[in-house]
Amino acid sequence: MSKKLLMKGNEALAEASIRAGLKGYYGYPITPQSELLEYLGQHLPSRGGAFVQAESEVAAINMVYGASGAGVRTMTSTSGPGYSLMQEGISYIACAELPCLLVNVMRGGPGLGTIQPSQGDYFQAVKGGGHGDYKCIVLAPNSVQEMADFTYLGFDLADTYRIPVVILTDGALGQMMETVVFPDYDIEANKTDHSSWATTGRKNMRKKHVVTSLYLKAEEMENMNLILQKKYREIEKNEVRFESIFTEDADIIIVAFGMSARVSFKAVELARKKGIKAGLFRPKTLFPFPINELQHLSNQADKMLVVEMNAGQMVEDVRLAVNGNISVEFYGRMGGVIPSPNEILNNIINLSELKE
Amino acid sequence: MSELISEGVQCKLLNSMDKVWDRPDSLIDVPLHYCPGCGHSVVHRVLMEVLEELELIENTIGIAPVGCSVLAYFYLDIDMQEAAHGRATAVATGIKRVMPNKTIFTYQGDGDLAAIGTAETIHTINRGENIVMIFINNGIYGMTGGQMAPTTLPGVRTSTSVDGRDVESQGHPLKIADMISILPGAYYVTRQAVTTAKAVRKLKKALKKAFIYQMNGEGGTSFIEVVSNCPSGWKMTPLESNEWLENDIFDFYELGDIKVPKKGIK
Repeated sequence: MSKKLLMKGNEALAEASIRAGLKGYYGYPITPQSELLEYLGQHLPSRGGAFVQAESEVAAINMVYGASGAGVRTMTSTSGPGYSLMQEGISYIACAELPCLLVNVMRGGPGLGTIQPSQGDYFQAVKGGGHGDYKCIVLAPNSVQEMADFTYLGFDLADTYRIPVVILTDGALGQMMETVVFPDYDIEANKTDHSSWATTGRKNMRKKHVVTSLYLKAEEMENMNLILQKKYREIEKNEVRFESIFTEDADIIIVAFGMSARVSFKAVELARKKGIKAGLFRPKTLFPFPINELQHLSNQADKMLVVEMNAGQMVEDVRLAVNGNISVEFYGRMGGVIPSPNEILNNIINLSELKE
Repeated sequence: MSELISEGVQCKLLNSMDKVWDRPDSLIDVPLHYCPGCGHSVVHRVLMEVLEELELIENTIGIAPVGCSVLAYFYLDIDMQEAAHGRATAVATGIKRVMPNKTIFTYQGDGDLAAIGTAETIHTINRGENIVMIFINNGIYGMTGGQMAPTTLPGVRTSTSVDGRDVESQGHPLKIADMISILPGAYYVTRQAVTTAKAVRKLKKALKKAFIYQMNGEGGTSFIEVVSNCPSGWKMTPLESNEWLENDIFDFYELGDIKVPKKGIK
């Protein structure tokens, strides 16, 4: 274990990526993720990786495609507008089954929007975002420590499933400073052998390797889709991660991820002080989504309140999971505004009064 | 034979019964999907001859574009990646930066390299990425059925310029090789053709130089434009298409070296 360090979320993520064996970083400046780009520009080349400031996010994601196709750990990072530009490339990466880490430090939108934190890119990250039927694994950290932890996890999952993994975070988590401890991580021990498919040159005249997402025959394209869907079902079975706090006896369960879960936790504490049995359920993986756990909780709680920094996106998945078993309410702020604990508390109080 | 041989490669004397023509082993023996008379097939062949002669087959990763040559990896028996439309040189950058000792080339058409991928083209070369860019310029979007390309000559009729390309409203043909040649990162820029046996030999020589420059790490991007034909898209026979190239198109896209390295191979 290394010692405790005080770092920004963006820097912790960048440092963790180097410690996880990052070999190629390709990015473009955009607030509020630029510290990630800067940190890697300053540190990655001297620690065994390549750093390229691309001419655009479009180029950056395609550089990631190339490096990933060569079988090395590679990543890019951006914020909403840049993430939109990357969607075509992510679709290609998903279909070509290339492992890589993508970071979206979300800011308020739509449009050019604002640089303050938001969770408005949930749909884009979780549902696919680009063309065609594909998924990325989506990890949602809620602390600087998790910004680091999920970076190692993200690379490992990407390699295991040959899938793009998204760290869906926001400007607040990216910019805030907290203590972080980098775990011991053995790059070699966690290395996945990609030599059966990666394009590294036909050494010893082995069979050629081709990285592509093109299937001209409909049946072949459908078959590729079936392979992808099978992989997604496997991921849904094995990789669901969540945190459940005070939910055992809770009447009202708040469901929130990332920054809004942090604020919601404070609201739950305040509600408990007032004698309201509130709890917090926090998905750490947004895909795969903790459907079974939410179903289970809907059998014991009276109500759920989904809190997000958007107009209501994850709430749709919570409602699908609960499937009408109990009512699922929503509270959100948009455009870069973070809800206060008291705002959320008021919603909890309203719901608990409605119950009585 | 000797004129094909570049510096550092040994010359062989031929005997009367020596085999002087054969399909390169690494050009996979399957029917090509290219239209009869299309220049792609010739460029594929010459490219594989060069990679074989330089013993680079085991070291090379090629990038296929979107366009007629999207399926180049069906024919070229080397590791390949298929890039999104216009992004071949970004993909190449991604690979080359993590594997600097590998031989990397992109193979792109005019829509790919000079329209949708213009930013990638300029910035890849401006960074002086040590790769070879092969640019097939046939002045038309062949795969999508013959639409106007950035390189289409003024007055030429296509399915999106039915009265002929009107430069007032549709812009002028882009001489992208000349444009990028002024960038410090451009190491070797040449414009070649495949209309005659002599032209093919010149192209081969140019390609060979480009790959030698890359493997010597002499610093910079080599850019080989091939002004080629599209009999189907041009609605011409292969012979007519070659005549049009010789009689008109080469007046605008002049063949020959545009930028040569100071210490380059003669």
